[in-house]
Amino acid sequence: MTIQEIIKPENKVHSRPRLLTDNITHYCPGCGHGVVHKLVAEVIDELGLEDRTIGVAPVGCAVFAYNYIDIDWVEAAHGRAPAVATAISRLEPENVVFTYQGDGDLAAIGTAETIHAANRGENIVIIFINNAIYGMTGGQMAPTTLLGQQTATTPYGRRADLNGYPIKISDMLAQLDGTCYVTRQAVFTAAAARKCKGAIKKAFQNALAKKGTSVVEVVSNCPSGWKLTPEKANEWLKEHMTAKYPLGDLKDL
Amino acid sequence: MEEIRLMKGNEAIAHAAIRFGMDGYFGYPITPQSEVLETLEEQMPWDTTGMVVLQAESEVAAINMVYGGAAAGKAVMTSSSSPGISLKMEGISYLAGAELPALIVNAMRGGPGLGTIQPSQADYFQATKGGGHGDYRLIVLSPATVQEMTDFVGLGMELAFKYRNPVMMLADGIVGQMMEKVVLPDFRPRRTEEEVREQCPWAACGKHGRKQRNVITSLEMEPEKMEANNIRFQEKYKAIEENEVRYSEFMTDDAEYLIVAFGSVARICQKAIEEMREQGVKVGLFRPITLWPFPTKQIAELGKKVKGILTVELNAGQMIEDVRLAVDGGVPVRHFGRMGGIVPNPGEIEEALKAHFMK
Repeated sequence: MTIQEIIKPENKVHSRPRLLTDNITHYCPGCGHGVVHKLVAEVIDELGLEDRTIGVAPVGCAVFAYNYIDIDWVEAAHGRAPAVATAISRLEPENVVFTYQGDGDLAAIGTAETIHAANRGENIVIIFINNAIYGMTGGQMAPTTLLGQQTATTPYGRRADLNGYPIKISDMLAQLDGTCYVTRQAVFTAAAARKCKGAIKKAFQNALAKKGTSVVEVVSNCPSGWKLTPEKANEWLKEHMTAKYPLGDLKDL
Repeated sequence: MEEIRLMKGNEAIAHAAIRFGMDGYFGYPITPQSEVLETLEEQMPWDTTGMVVLQAESEVAAINMVYGGAAAGKAVMTSSSSPGISLKMEGISYLAGAELPALIVNAMRGGPGLGTIQPSQADYFQATKGGGHGDYRLIVLSPATVQEMTDFVGLGMELAFKYRNPVMMLADGIVGQMMEKVVLPDFRPRRTEEEVREQCPWAACGKHGRKQRNVITSLEMEPEKMEANNIRFQEKYKAIEENEVRYSEFMTDDAEYLIVAFGSVARICQKAIEEMREQGVKVGLFRPITLWPFPTKQIAELGKKVKGILTVELNAGQMIEDVRLAVDGGVPVRHFGRMGGIVPNPGEIEEALKAHFMK
């Protein structure tokens, strides 16, 4: 079979989502961000929301999220995405607004903005990538870093007596009256990614139905920060991360 | 329709915002400016004009809500007082870096730290010289009356959109709390979604058929591009300096001595000047209305005609630096100020002027 025959349209089984740009990725090999970007782009396209979705990008590895999904974006200051999204959502009630944030952004510097936006029941979607490390700045301890986990600022492993405990912020958010949907997903297998897409779609549908704040936590990896190969990183994720951060719905109203 | 009312400066700001057709106000309580948020909540503009009013969880959240609203092309504002403005500085730098229009009101109180709730002008440096990080400028308007507090809401918003730059109304606790007669402007309708998209083609408010996506950001990883952005900002600031200087003068024509003062303090200085004029002392008043851009040329010209300049400020001497730069050593410039929430009376100003120049 020649290449020309192989690439015939009828042989196509998969393609880049229409709303995913062809910009060269800045994410490391094996990183979960690319998969989540793809799922978000697919959901926005499938729900017909290209023209009325506004994304709010964080500070951290996903700071360039706006380079990859072909919708309007606002780049927020570190941790402030839920406050930025609050105003856009209230001033543009016909649009759908989502934030895309990492663990440092959402659960450390932006804890107040996260909790209060969720507690007000802002009609927004929060996509929360939890990979237990600060990737962009070079692998420092995150609020979600596991006990014993080595990072650039816990070189001998995170110690509870020195650094406190990993925070399960989605569990906290599920307690708030303003959230309608809080779920913890993953993308380290094809099956998990499919499930995660369903959760992201449900979150966007909740926003369309004006049900309140939806939070989709994605337990993800950081091969570079964890200093593991992509394959080993996914094994570590399955063994350690999902033990502390079990997958599944925490709240679904 | 225009309406004449008696009210506090803070209340007037709220009414002016609704009448201007403001899209959103995001604030947090702090003395002495809480009446802005209180008045807006009492007026319930969301039922009449559709204006969004929200009490945020912090000043940090409030300024970032302003950032979000401005990014969507909306006319948005916040207000606070000195310690709260310090918290907003991060967001203000981002607004300047992303070139977003917004109005920030500071009803200054004494500092540093928690300081006092009494009036002050000690945030002049913060407002005019930076405050947040990076090479940026705010357009800084200084109201001396409740009427100006009212008028500067509309003026501030117009300048903010004209230059895509944050504007600060640097008021103080005196004009914020003082009640005066005020003429409220006519009601203007808020812009429709279509008008916002037409006037702000850069806004991130959903593509709505637009081919290219809009991205609001202050980030640029390539130093050459970041320098180009900075050069563009500086060109804009230069245009603002050339076109937007505002000031007022009182009895400067034949003045031998000049008082330079801004905001409410300028009114006390005016009283002192009236008293000194009765004694035959030829004093005039120059009041910068825009603290940035500063009326450098005008003060330089006046500096050539007088024997001495006294700046009167509710601080340890901040604007005096800009006055000295303006006259470039051509005439002695001295400072008189009270701090910590103390407001001087006209007699003290008269004594200070005479002590410095007529010994």
